[in-house]
Amino acid sequence: MSFVSGLLAAIGRQLFAVLAGIGRVTLYAARTVSHLIRPPFYMREFGHALVQIGWLSLPVVGLTALFTGGALALQIYAGGARFNAETVVPSIVAIGLTRELGPVLGGLMVAARVASSIAAEIGTMKVTEQIDALTTLSTNPMKYLTLPRVLAATLAVPLLVGVGDVIGIMGGFLVGVGRLDFNAATYLHNTLDFLEVWDVLSGMVKGSVFGFIVALMGCYYGMNSGRGAQGVGRATKAAVVTSSVLILASNYILTEVFFSA
Amino acid sequence: MITLTDVRKSFGGNHVLRGVDLVLEGGSSMVIIGGSGTGKSILLKSILGLVRPDSGTITLDGKDVTRGDRDAFLARFGMLFQGAALFDSLPVWQNVAFRLQRGAAKRPAKEAREIAIEKLRRVGLTPDAADKFPVELSGGMQKRVGLARAIAAEPEIIFFDEPTTGLDPIMSGVINDLIREIVVEMGATAMTITHDMSSVRAIADNVAMLHDGVIQWTGPVGDMDASDDPYLDQFIHGRAEGPIEAVR
Repeated sequence: MSFVSGLLAAIGRQLFAVLAGIGRVTLYAARTVSHLIRPPFYMREFGHALVQIGWLSLPVVGLTALFTGGALALQIYAGGARFNAETVVPSIVAIGLTRELGPVLGGLMVAARVASSIAAEIGTMKVTEQIDALTTLSTNPMKYLTLPRVLAATLAVPLLVGVGDVIGIMGGFLVGVGRLDFNAATYLHNTLDFLEVWDVLSGMVKGSVFGFIVALMGCYYGMNSGRGAQGVGRATKAAVVTSSVLILASNYILTEVFFSA
Repeated sequence: MITLTDVRKSFGGNHVLRGVDLVLEGGSSMVIIGGSGTGKSILLKSILGLVRPDSGTITLDGKDVTRGDRDAFLARFGMLFQGAALFDSLPVWQNVAFRLQRGAAKRPAKEAREIAIEKLRRVGLTPDAADKFPVELSGGMQKRVGLARAIAAEPEIIFFDEPTTGLDPIMSGVINDLIREIVVEMGATAMTITHDMSSVRAIADNVAMLHDGVIQWTGPVGDMDASDDPYLDQFIHGRAEGPIEAVR
């Protein structure tokens, strides 16, 4: 009996801890968004974050999309050949990339690159009292550090997803034409014929949500980092793991909302 | 004048401040001494609002520091952090002129840079240092940049958190002299935390010793050596034996 009650108590404690964590993150997100309508705005920090999160993530997102597009073309061709449907390769590559793989893989790559970097940077600032220094210099750390990063990621990641879509489809095209003997004009024709605007837009909306999640988690865990190198390391790991899981969970929810019959 | 009345702060079961009463007169230099982990930094951060005390009151010129315009309150303060706390991503001059580039004290960039260079010169750094990044500077130079940042907007009250920790004796002497000169020159009110007794003697008008969460002794620096307080006596002479346990 004592074992059962102990187990239940442990589960209860964990449940409360998770709920408290969700509450803290929700409040943090609400506070971040509330600063959108309250000046001052730090445009230079916003511009810097745009470059760091958007422009500098382009190589990794582009390469991910390129190889994914190529691999997808090979897989769909091999699978389609089982029921003589090889010709669907261009349209399935395009739809699969724009709706699903582009935003999800792009979001995960940005999570790995950006959430870790933001959490480590802000965590180190906290450990070295730079956050306290900001406050004593009459600068709100939420406005100066969190809002520019979250806003930049929310705007930059959908653009990254859009560019990634083009590169991914190009990857599929190169494999389709170079390896699978598709006619180049037919491949492009089939891609564009079946692709709808909403396929692309829905992926970009997902990208925007994923960008918000990635930057928010990076900032949240950085601001709540423990002491020393170990504390910053834990914050960095938690930021990447949490943002990755939240990307996958929110992707399912958004897919239900956008595409369920 | 800053007045602390029965200020208490605990972290879980660790009761750091157990009822601190302290008065810091305007225009004077107070040094807080005490062993490591006795809550000196928490005390200082409580005044600035970086840490919220569990109970007690802190007033600045008779007004509760937790009420009123927070930006206007913080604009009266400058602070030198223990590790200087310079912003890694900004060059030295932008660190020094940080307050002058935003908010109520905002100046044109050229003027802010000129003020930063003048403050750097005041703390013994050449204009060459202005465009370097903090990571390119030695520990002593970083402390001096931190000092320049603390005085850049000419605050009424300046806090120094262990200004000489980690510095060699000569650099410690330079920083102590700078602090004393700046406080006298600006007529500022200063509060310094330190373990370094040579700093205490160089900087302080008054000394307060924090021990076991309360102010154990306070008085003019000249009375420190003649005090009968066994805690203060053990601390200022660095004795292992005495009422303060060496292993804490």
